[in-house]
Amino acid sequence: MTVGIVTFPGTNCEQDVAYALDALGAATVPVWHRETSLDGIEAVVLPGGFAHGDYLRTGAIARFSPIMAAVEKMAAEGRPVLGICNGFQILCEAGLLPGALIANQDLRFICRPVQLRVESTDSILTRAATAGQVLTIPLNSYEGNYVTGDTTPNVALRYCDTEGAVTDAANPNGSRDSIAGITNPTGTVAGLMPHPERAIEDFMASTDGRVLLESFVASLESIPVGAGRD
Amino acid sequence: MRAVVTITRRREIADPEGATIQRALADLGFGDVGAVRVNRTVELSMPGRDQEYVMSAVRAMCEKMLANPVMEDYEIEILD
Repeated sequence: MTVGIVTFPGTNCEQDVAYALDALGAATVPVWHRETSLDGIEAVVLPGGFAHGDYLRTGAIARFSPIMAAVEKMAAEGRPVLGICNGFQILCEAGLLPGALIANQDLRFICRPVQLRVESTDSILTRAATAGQVLTIPLNSYEGNYVTGDTTPNVALRYCDTEGAVTDAANPNGSRDSIAGITNPTGTVAGLMPHPERAIEDFMASTDGRVLLESFVASLESIPVGAGRD
Repeated sequence: MRAVVTITRRREIADPEGATIQRALADLGFGDVGAVRVNRTVELSMPGRDQEYVMSAVRAMCEKMLANPVMEDYEIEILD
């Protein structure tokens, strides 16, 4: 099972994600955004960064990069698609996840570990976690303030305090309902603002990112039969 | 022909930049300023195209990319 790591001009977390997934036993392959095929690849990650300079809106240009048609096809087939930080923003712009991400409430770039509460374990991002589990994961973003129109998203992770309480004080960026990560209705497409790949080794501030990426890796083993075959 | 697209964030969606500017204006003595909203304009030219074509094309550009229907509205003004 091979994971494609999509790199746009301005993506800057692709090597961190590759390192983390390799450490968890998944084979990865880099995929340049100009490519049009994901043949031989079972799942994709859209890593963090500033794709296309974040021009217009975050993810607005990347959403039309040639590779995105193949990513959308992969999502439609029920194969795992994960967006981290800027990758989450791109998935929202592409309509693969609902909502959008705007500037943080206090216009401050946030770069620090935050606490997340696992709200649902029915997804490629959280299936190895337990409901209510509190994770410490670095957040590193200026536009992480999640908004929606009329839709109600499937929430996988919420910002919380160290005790797991979801409060306004523990909401770092003003996100609606303290939402940090969401999925599509079937849990196969997931996006989150914090960076699990930066919380996997003992020398890091936390190793809590492992359970999220282990969930993703475990999802590779349960891809629907026939997915990816025309 | 030239077109100017004004992209505005919907009222029900927060505008942190506008709110920050409003607070700063109050500090400067303009406490009577109500809501501040920051909009974006995109100006583009389509040489040799007529008004009807430009309006139709720019509307398609807005629907696809220039505006995000989740949180934004847009207005198109045709110049020249």
